[in-house]
Amino acid sequence: MERRRQPVAGLIVAHNLPVREGISVNSSQEAVRFPMKILVPVKRVVDYNVKVRVKADGSGIETNGVKMSMNPFDEIAVEEAVRLKEKGVATEIIAVSLGVTQCQETIRTALAMGADRGILVETDAELQPLAVAKLLKAIADQEQPKLIILGKQAIDDDMSATGQMLAALLGWSQGTFASKVAVEGERLIVTREVDGGLETVDLALPSIITTDLRLNEPRYASLPNIMKARKKPIDTKKPADLGVDVTPRLQTLKVEEPPKRKAGVKVGSVAELVEKLKNEAKVI
Amino acid sequence: MTSLVLLEFDDSGIKQPSRAAVAAATQLGETHVLVAGVNLGAAAAAAAKLPGVAKVLVAENAALDHVLAEPTAALLVALAPNYSHILAATTAVGKNILPRVAALLDVQPISDIAAVVDADTFVRPIYAGNGMATVKSSDGKKVITVRGASFDPVAAEGGNAATENVTVGDMPGLSKFVSAELSKSERPELTAARVVVSGGRGMQAGENFKLLDPIADKLGAAVGASRAAVDAGFVPNEYQVGQTGKIVAPELYVAVGISGAIQHLAGMKDSKVIVAINKDEEAPIFQVADYGLVADLFNALPELAAELERS
Ligand SMILES: Cc1cc2nc3c(=O)[nH]c(=O)nc-3n(C[C@H](O)[C@H](O)[C@H](O)COP(=O)(O)OP(=O)(O)OC[C@H]3O[C@@H](n4cnc5c(N)ncnc54)[C@H](O)[C@@H]3O)c2cc1C
Ligand SMILES: Nc1ncnc2c1ncn2[C@@H]1O[C@H](COP(=O)(O)O)[C@@H](O)[C@H]1O
Repeated sequence: MERRRQPVAGLIVAHNLPVREGISVNSSQEAVRFPMKILVPVKRVVDYNVKVRVKADGSGIETNGVKMSMNPFDEIAVEEAVRLKEKGVATEIIAVSLGVTQCQETIRTALAMGADRGILVETDAELQPLAVAKLLKAIADQEQPKLIILGKQAIDDDMSATGQMLAALLGWSQGTFASKVAVEGERLIVTREVDGGLETVDLALPSIITTDLRLNEPRYASLPNIMKARKKPIDTKKPADLGVDVTPRLQTLKVEEPPKRKAGVKVGSVAELVEKLKNEAKVI
Repeated sequence: MTSLVLLEFDDSGIKQPSRAAVAAATQLGETHVLVAGVNLGAAAAAAAKLPGVAKVLVAENAALDHVLAEPTAALLVALAPNYSHILAATTAVGKNILPRVAALLDVQPISDIAAVVDADTFVRPIYAGNGMATVKSSDGKKVITVRGASFDPVAAEGGNAATENVTVGDMPGLSKFVSAELSKSERPELTAARVVVSGGRGMQAGENFKLLDPIADKLGAAVGASRAAVDAGFVPNEYQVGQTGKIVAPELYVAVGISGAIQHLAGMKDSKVIVAINKDEEAPIFQVADYGLVADLFNALPELAAELERS
């Protein structure tokens, strides 16, 4: 298949710059070189250990007084970015969170893990993936990252959409559900978790990755790094500053409890189990 | 109002999750389907036999081989003007491609629907299925992925649709397929099996999954696993059942050495009958199990194999 490089607006085109480890210069054209910035969007969500409850009035999920944390897939994304920086492939990591003021805490967590600076897009409005993708595109246009690493799924809305949408808006390639990532010159080699096993794709940079669970094991931030993170800068913007209309396209009419299962029985032996499956449940 | 469903297929025909997506589409009105890739003869013929399908679009082009996201999304966007709804199954393929299509159409996708209320309104699980949200879309076009476990798939045979070739324009060459490591198994696919037998961390080692084999053989079951079992390397990633793995709803689900974390339950609690085998009588899995057996799996599994053999 023919490979075409997507021109990137505002990209700095320079000649004969030093080559970083892990990145080789494409000699066929002008050497397109610029520091490899990585953008990592991190979402503040209800902690994965919390057993959430549907609000009695059916308007949504009860989040008052509930423990909030960074979306687990986004921790994996931050970890991967930090490892690329430790390997000398990446030069700067920017953590971005979109939402309420407290998303600052989520950014601080990313900074303590090793991100260099943060951007908070502050709003009390409900943000759906299309709006998030548009806001992230506006930030990408300003920051010109070469790689954006997102989680494959936010564990609150379970949309699994934002990374793919951002790739579309930017006109970039995408490596979703990644369990292995390697930067080889101007290409990105991504192993993806697919339904039948694993698939490896070769992507043009700049590119989008979404992380799967087995990409890495995120580190815990050390106390000194948590202290250091307090001094790292966080820039705050509003959706309007980025010229994005965030009006939701999906209106939630109601949220209901899923059907409850009837309490079952304990069986005393394997023989009883088989007898019940045969004669009572009639499934074998 | 006409819907277009992106189909997935293999040598044995149109995959079950895609047939469930067709079932969802037929609730909305006239349904067309799309097969894309290379050597599509058999896939197009299989698609034409799906009951309820009015037309099969066939997009034969090397750029579409391996359903890479960038070209397949571009194709769907090119076809979109003729359709009110664009659907695919909630699979690795559907999740990879449909949000990309949605963004290119300036539409908010509706992920993983579990029910169709009307042309604009759908039910979808949130928070690992702990809430069922009814959402209404204000977008002109709807881009939807369909939870296979929530719709009875249309049959593989019975229809007789017309096929039409579509010409494929310039495709974005941003990505290349390199290789795939797909596991071959004689067993049914997890998402299509009538019975699923899953092992968790309690299995202790990959080789102990062999204890599940005679039981799965006897019941014609697929074998699944918890994330902990996959992370520990007992079995490959495609075995994972749960919020972030595969969603299954078989007639019988047998959970062995699995504690029953919310994320695991999210992937199997719509099964018709659930059996749990766990040595800890307090394990949360027993709260959703129709039949619970408190036992050491290393005793219970050989006994179960023998008992099934006998009966
Ligand atoms: C973002 C995120 C996504 C996740 N997605 C998923 C997902 O999709 N699917 C999923 O499964 N998990 C998922 N998890 C992980 C989940 O939270 C649990 O950690 C996991 O399901 C636990 O697996 P387990 O039940 O096998 O292991 P454990 O919780 O360790 O349970 C092992 C069980 O085996 C029993 N046992 C041990 N020895 C024996 C024996 N000899 N005989 C009988 N019983 C025995 C024990 O009593 C125990 O109940 C996710 C977690 C996160 C953070
Ligand atoms: N409000 C947000 N702030 C930062 N990142 C987000 C936000 N919403 C979504 N993301 C990113 O997009 C990924 C997928 O989210 P979703 O498409 O909602 O499942 C998350 O794992 C994050 O990386």
